[in-house]
Amino acid sequence: MLPAMAPQQHSSFMFDLYANVIINGLMIGAIYALIATGLNVVFGVMKVVNFAHGELVVIGMYTGYVLWKFLGLSPIATLPIAMLGMFALGYGFQRVIGNAFVDRPQHIQFALYISVAMIITGLHAVTFGPDPRGIQSAASFAVYRVGPLRLDAVRLHAALTSLAVVAALWAWLRYSIMGKSLHAAADNLVGGRAIGIRIDHVFAVTAGLGAACAGAAGAMIAPLYDTNPYLAGEFTLTAFIIVIVGGLASLPGALLGGLVIGMSEAVAALLITPSAKSLFSYGLLILVLLLRPEGLLGRREGRA
Amino acid sequence: MTDAALRRRQIIAAGLLTLVLLALPLVATDFHLSVLGLIFLHAIVGIAWNLMMGFAGQLSLGHALYFGIGAYIVAFLSERFGISPWLGMLPAFIVPGLIGVAIGALGFRFSVRGVYFALLTIAFAEFARILFEHWDYVGKTAGYFFAALTPANRPLVSLRGGARFFYYALLVTMIAAWLLSMLLVNSRVGYFWRAIREDEDAARALGVQALRMKLLVVAVSAGITGVAGGWFALVNGSLFPDSVLGMRVSIDFIVAPIVGGLGTLFGPILGAFIIVPLNELSRDISQASGINGLNLLIYGVLLLVIVVFAPQGCWPGIAKRLGLAKSGEADRDQS
Repeated sequence: MLPAMAPQQHSSFMFDLYANVIINGLMIGAIYALIATGLNVVFGVMKVVNFAHGELVVIGMYTGYVLWKFLGLSPIATLPIAMLGMFALGYGFQRVIGNAFVDRPQHIQFALYISVAMIITGLHAVTFGPDPRGIQSAASFAVYRVGPLRLDAVRLHAALTSLAVVAALWAWLRYSIMGKSLHAAADNLVGGRAIGIRIDHVFAVTAGLGAACAGAAGAMIAPLYDTNPYLAGEFTLTAFIIVIVGGLASLPGALLGGLVIGMSEAVAALLITPSAKSLFSYGLLILVLLLRPEGLLGRREGRA
Repeated sequence: MTDAALRRRQIIAAGLLTLVLLALPLVATDFHLSVLGLIFLHAIVGIAWNLMMGFAGQLSLGHALYFGIGAYIVAFLSERFGISPWLGMLPAFIVPGLIGVAIGALGFRFSVRGVYFALLTIAFAEFARILFEHWDYVGKTAGYFFAALTPANRPLVSLRGGARFFYYALLVTMIAAWLLSMLLVNSRVGYFWRAIREDEDAARALGVQALRMKLLVVAVSAGITGVAGGWFALVNGSLFPDSVLGMRVSIDFIVAPIVGGLGTLFGPILGAFIIVPLNELSRDISQASGINGLNLLIYGVLLLVIVVFAPQGCWPGIAKRLGLAKSGEADRDQS
């Protein structure tokens, strides 16, 4: 009896393990999707790659931390504050500095955003120090059980909220006048100017939206990971992987890419080791770039 | 000023600078020599990267890959297999060159251009870093260390020595890289590269074999970077995946030529003379004040100021003032 039973038990245990790992990956992936959506909106409209995007996420994380620490606000309550603050920051930056760089060559844009990234990380380190800052609450240990699945409550709330923000942004881009202006500017800049769209304003709103997505994601992540100034680089790189895998400038692509990469990280962490979690993601990225450079859901453009 | 007179002035200026650099160890301390060595190292990679971006218009954000591979090759050949670094420098040029060709061939064949190509180079570099960080043979994140130098060490045999030895070694390598880039840029190939940079489709229409030319520039650029990596291994005596393959390494290499002046022959050298001391200085201030992250803040602000106020880099303006470039148009590429 016994030898026959063992493999079955083993396989059901393995199934549960993988199911939990994958669902956890998908929940993180939903937050990734929100980060990547911000990067994608900016690229879609301005054709600018924001190399400081991960730093914006970390600003959101510290915002969440500070509001929790000093005002006792819950992550959901910090969300609108982080989004509004980050929108203002993104809008102001684009107006003062960013707009002058939209037409510059890529390597100059790269140098600009790298310098901004260093300034933000430097400010974080000077203000908060290098030590990790975590948010704990009673909710930290709450768990939902669905069959064999154990869903961490904080994580599930963060994932669902991220999806809601992404959905709201899609709807706004599709149905509002301002959203339509963004599309127009993305499709045809000169034509947009000709029909009276204020391009400077549109670009600044775009940058503000990108920053707001990053800030929202940061506020959602703050209770999940301990915040430190040097997390930013990894967020930026993960967001790049996602938008390339999903398709640069494609919003559904960012969502799909986020979920895929979240899952691949979780599986890689289980199969290899947590510190090598992005190995699969980079492998996937290289495959996609070589086989389908426009991304899974991207449109093939003449210029690329 | 006629072209010939301009050329003469440029040669005299280059000669004077070389003489000054050759004589500097007579007065400089070992500390200054080691900083200067670091400057030369960044200048070498800057020259290599500039060939690819400044002259052929191909943006690579993953040069750390070639640097790191070159570093590990020289380290392993000399420490594990007892092969002289003199010989080790050869594969440190060839292997990164071949890897560059492979990445280029994969990317260019599928017409991965512009920002996609740049992200592809990051992907390969980061992939390699994570791989090395989990690979026992190269020491994982704990790093790889050279054996300590013995008193019997002869620098010209082991290619390892004191600050003065490395100063001259890196100076010679830098001058070699600079001469190589000057020869290439002023040859037929160099004109093809610039044609591709300005408009690849038009260049192809005129019969330039764009794919072959782009692979050539990646190969040369990656090869020079690999040799620089080999020197880094010898200078440092220790290697960590993050310190040779990390994203920050790629960024540091790119900043110097941009600050110096992209698409100019001397720009990367000037950029290294600006960026490396800036980096050291901001790190010293951060350490002396005990404030973590202050170095990033200072470095970032200064970089921002340069990017906003001198996006063409510093060299074109200075060259004109020194009478080392034509004052009209087309001053890029010449000096």
